[in-house]
Amino acid sequence: MSRVTSPGAEPNEPFLSWQRQREAATFGLWIFLASEVVFFGALIVAYGAHRFLYSAAFETAGAETNIWYGSINTAILLTSSATMAVAAWAAKAGLKRTVLIGLSLTAALGFAFLVLKGFEYREDIHEHLVPGSPAFPLAPAQTQIFFSYYWAMTGVHAIHLTIGIGAVLWIAFVVLTDRTDWTRSGTLHGLALYWHLIDVVWIVLYPLLYLAGRG
Amino acid sequence: MSDATIDVTRGAGAPSYLSAGHRIRSWLLTTDHKRIAILYFAAITVFFLIGGAAATLMRMELFTPGADVVSADGYNKLFTLHGVIMVWFFLVPSIPTTLGNFVLPLAIGARDVAFPRLNLLSWYLTVAGGLLVLTSLLAGGVDTGWTFYTPYSSLYSNSYVTLAAMGVFVAGFGTIATGLNFIVTVHTQRTPGLTWGRLPLFVWAHYATSIIIVLGTPALAAALLMVVAERLFGLGLLDPARGGDPIIFQHVFWFYSHPAVYIMLLPGMGVVTEIITCFARRRVFGYPMMVAALLAIAVVSFFVWGHHMFVSGQSLYASLIFSFLSFVIAVPSAIKVFNWTATLYGGHITFESPMLYAMGFVGLFTLGGLSGLFLASVPIDVHVHDTYFVVAHFHYIMVGGTVAAFFAGLHFWWPKITGRTYPEAMAKAAAILMFLGFNFTFAPQFVLGYMGMPRRYHVYLDQFQVWHAASSLGAVLLAVAYILPVFYLGWSLVRGRPAGDDPWSATGLEWQTASPPPEHNFARLPIVREKPYAYHEHDEHPQEREATTHRAQGTGRTPGEARADGASGDGPRADDREEARE
Repeated sequence: MSRVTSPGAEPNEPFLSWQRQREAATFGLWIFLASEVVFFGALIVAYGAHRFLYSAAFETAGAETNIWYGSINTAILLTSSATMAVAAWAAKAGLKRTVLIGLSLTAALGFAFLVLKGFEYREDIHEHLVPGSPAFPLAPAQTQIFFSYYWAMTGVHAIHLTIGIGAVLWIAFVVLTDRTDWTRSGTLHGLALYWHLIDVVWIVLYPLLYLAGRG
Repeated sequence: MSDATIDVTRGAGAPSYLSAGHRIRSWLLTTDHKRIAILYFAAITVFFLIGGAAATLMRMELFTPGADVVSADGYNKLFTLHGVIMVWFFLVPSIPTTLGNFVLPLAIGARDVAFPRLNLLSWYLTVAGGLLVLTSLLAGGVDTGWTFYTPYSSLYSNSYVTLAAMGVFVAGFGTIATGLNFIVTVHTQRTPGLTWGRLPLFVWAHYATSIIIVLGTPALAAALLMVVAERLFGLGLLDPARGGDPIIFQHVFWFYSHPAVYIMLLPGMGVVTEIITCFARRRVFGYPMMVAALLAIAVVSFFVWGHHMFVSGQSLYASLIFSFLSFVIAVPSAIKVFNWTATLYGGHITFESPMLYAMGFVGLFTLGGLSGLFLASVPIDVHVHDTYFVVAHFHYIMVGGTVAAFFAGLHFWWPKITGRTYPEAMAKAAAILMFLGFNFTFAPQFVLGYMGMPRRYHVYLDQFQVWHAASSLGAVLLAVAYILPVFYLGWSLVRGRPAGDDPWSATGLEWQTASPPPEHNFARLPIVREKPYAYHEHDEHPQEREATTHRAQGTGRTPGEARADGASGDGPRADDREEARE
């Protein structure tokens, strides 16, 4: 595998050097991640307040989530972060085939997570674990609050993951067609930052939603 | 390629950004920060007129104690529309997306913002959000108030809350994109020699604003998401019947919405600093403290949200701490006002129209800020909570402050943006009329509120009528003051004389390129060798202003000299690409 050199490719406007573009793209991604942390942080702090108020109800409800789906998905997502990291570092070395394999595996693992999540949602709906449903099986009423957080947080996480899979496929296309000098542009590094954030958010959600009530 | 060739194609002789393309497509798909600024001007002007129309109807209704113009329900929808449109689609984007987008890259000697395509996307997100809100208006309106307080907005309102909330949600991403772009631009696109200690305060103000935007707006998204999730999917986070907590919405909402006041205000402070130094011919007093004050406001603004919740059942101890922190944030705000005043001291002050607007800003912002101290103390707030006292207070900050600063900056940079001058006498008249009309409209509301007139009612007791009538009459003056510039600025586009590159003899880098600037801003990067606002060192006497004996910040030479050879500065050519290397 030879190092890709595309002498015609130039940095995006308004950058005059690849190094400056790489710094800016990475820095911009970090700022975006800070903004994402506030978004998830608001939900997590609200979860904390409610769990403090209704700890017994949260334990009752937390025991009803499906720990098998949750644990297998955690393993899948952690593995996808590893393949993402391989792709990002291979890009620096200009290893095109490794990058493409890494990105494909990342997208496939992300997709597998969504499929499993879909089966888990189907099971939840089958068991009427939907807040507001007349057949909601648990008591007291505050157990519905736990499942409100469950649906809101995993739903928002799944939306982020879907966007992430789309971005991975798009960048794979960019690498495949050499639309930019991806060895120097820092594109892969930025993509990896976003992917790892999705992973980190899940690492926080997993104990909050699946391990609560299983002490 | 020789220097001369480049100077002809890219320098002062190059076509301006306005003539770089004439098709609609060249505007709607542009990535030029200057054209995007114009797109934003067009969008927020439309939103301002819609929000203003709602305010006009409200003031008509309030002229008499009874219900004459609209029903109670109609009135609810009017003040909601007015608030939502004015806050998120005029005030928050106003200065950053128009003047900030246009001037900030020029002021740091950059070719463009760091992410030009993201900049264009942010405009589309803002417009899409605005269209969603307007759709909710046409479908039947929203009656919750701009704050979307739960459980009213989540359980009981039968109006189009979801659509409006989604509109604000979408526009929020546009705002975040702008903030992110500005932060990265200031970090990576400064011209050689423009160190952090030499940045104009306009740039510092936008930097501080962007920090608030990036860290505050996602909280608004979370709050709106909770409301929408409850309305659409029956989640119960805010539903007291199931143990949900409506107060959580208020906490998360104000975690964004109080800092949002400073998103609206800090850019105005930046604009006013540029203008006061220019028309007093003085270096700004206490530059380090001006920067520190901006950053302090940005940080402390995240810790004062509880002062909106003194009567929401919040713990008294929490209220006292939030009250204390609200007093604390007045300190950096006061530092700004004192430093503006000290900048004027000993200056050769002239009162061109931007300066009149800027002086209006300082006065109205000070009144708004002082009345904010009343509201920050718990007992007085309990007394006047949800009255017209609060309404008057925040209009002094947002309309008296932000809108005055917006008009100040618009008049200051209009010659740069369009290359034309406007009729100065008309502009002065509009500035004075705006100050008088504003006070005529909102000063009576302080009295009304203190007497006990609650906000958001369309009928009231007879004893309040004299104050309401005064306020409505003042609103007529204010409306005239807002409409006047539409005419004379529009006239200047067609008939205005060419302005010249630096009509105010100002020092900022943006004045060193042509008016209107060429597409790539500078043919040669200006190299900055001194601090900003180097006015009085070189320009002791106002009559010398015509001769422009002061030195422009970037070149160390006079502006005319700097452009004599067609280039903008003495730095490397702006389109030189460094040897790409790892």
